[in-house]
Amino acid sequence: MKRPRFSLVINPIACDGHGVCAELLPECIRLDPWGFPILESGEIPVELLGHAERAAISCPRLALTLVKRTS
Amino acid sequence: MMNSAAPTSTARSSAGSGRPAVQPPAGAERLLGGVGTQGAAVGLAEHLDRWGSVPTWRGTAFLDELDASGLRGHGGAWFPVGTKWRSVRKAGLRSPVVVANGAEGEPASGKDRVLVQQLPHLVLDGAVLAAATVGAGRVYVHVPSGAVPAVSRAIEERRQAGLDPCDIEVVVAPDRFLAGQETAAVATIIGRKPATPTFVGLKPVREQGVGGRPTLVQNVESLAHAALIARFGAEWFRRVGTSQSPGTVLLTVTGRWAEPRIVEAPLGVPLGEILQLGLGDARSFQGVLLGGYGGGWVTPKEALAMPLTEEAARQYGSSIGAGVVALLPTNVCPLSEVSRVVTYLEGQGAGQCGPCVNGLAVLANAVSQLAHRPNALRGGVAAIPSLCGLVEGRGACRHPDGVARFVRTALRVYGDHAGLHLQRGPCHTSASPFLPIPRTAPRQGAR
Repeated sequence: MKRPRFSLVINPIACDGHGVCAELLPECIRLDPWGFPILESGEIPVELLGHAERAAISCPRLALTLVKRTS
Repeated sequence: MMNSAAPTSTARSSAGSGRPAVQPPAGAERLLGGVGTQGAAVGLAEHLDRWGSVPTWRGTAFLDELDASGLRGHGGAWFPVGTKWRSVRKAGLRSPVVVANGAEGEPASGKDRVLVQQLPHLVLDGAVLAAATVGAGRVYVHVPSGAVPAVSRAIEERRQAGLDPCDIEVVVAPDRFLAGQETAAVATIIGRKPATPTFVGLKPVREQGVGGRPTLVQNVESLAHAALIARFGAEWFRRVGTSQSPGTVLLTVTGRWAEPRIVEAPLGVPLGEILQLGLGDARSFQGVLLGGYGGGWVTPKEALAMPLTEEAARQYGSSIGAGVVALLPTNVCPLSEVSRVVTYLEGQGAGQCGPCVNGLAVLANAVSQLAHRPNALRGGVAAIPSLCGLVEGRGACRHPDGVARFVRTALRVYGDHAGLHLQRGPCHTSASPFLPIPRTAPRQGAR
């Protein structure tokens, strides 16, 4: 049975470095010296999915997308 | 490697009506043999005398032939061409678009310009063949302004001869380092911000490019090779080169002879042999830049001994990229050369992505300090690789990754020299700069 896997994708052109995502999901996202997000890992653990979704929705530039991959 | 779909001699002479059968090129100069790299373009009549016309391939037969040939993309990524064409062909319901990419933003590269100016018909053969194979109705030829007259004349000759079933349009590539980047080329063609990459996310250009159509962006040299494979077959193509990297490659060699030269060589041959240098000549230059400013440095010894393949170059963290081979002379300061290039590359960014805009500025400054004011470099040489790590993989395109590769490999090859700078201060040399930087390189839209 295929289990869906989730990951976050940043559109670096749209991203303005607001940093909301790192505040809402510090487990997966940290900020670089200029305030732009760095994704820590490819896959979002199931228990953090709610937070990841909230981070994506809260991005003022809509630069963060939660992607579902079935493979 | 025998393939029943290979063109027969009758298919090959289709438009030749009474012409003698054309013999495939036997030597290593498959594209450039006898053409030279100066002078007028080969016209249509001479082109057909020389190569014959492109035989007709039905259905997906040519895709199988391309796969069998093992041709890889010569624009820099060395991606299998057959795989790419296949993915465009089945990408969508709308008819695809083909882009013959001769933008060649690499300042040290000149092979694509020579190809489109000397052999425009071979490039156009390949582009039209690609269009027929992937089901495209339109071809864009994306070249710098200097190549437009030769290409336009060739297109007009073909129109008068009624040669091609599809539209061919010339698009001028801006004089920018990123002009040839896949999404930047698409942006130029559709008249958005020219030479400015876009974020493709989950929909690559091969699925959604020009006008939202599946788009095949293929380097002009790859198209020229494909045009020969269509005539002479995969088995012929594989007669030179290695099993992983068959065929020949066009190189732009700088620093070996008095003037830069465009050289065609079989892939897999030791680079020293191509350069006509022995291992004893390793002391006559300081390092070798492979691939261009998006490529990387290797030591003279490594360069002279290595087989010319992408795999061999990657073992040293480098790439043969677009075929640049630049031998750094002994009279220049390598770190000063590296710094000039990194400053140029920083200015050539599109100014869109925060990590690239901020990171490359800091990186360029650190490299400049190492070259000219080593005492000012906080954290020593070790600070520089960490700055590379801060930009890698964080842009919409691979520009920051290319700059990081250029810097990382330079630190490996010129590590001792960097140590000398930190101990004794910068070099004082009156030698004129070596690596070419375009004179007018205005900064693009700042963030």
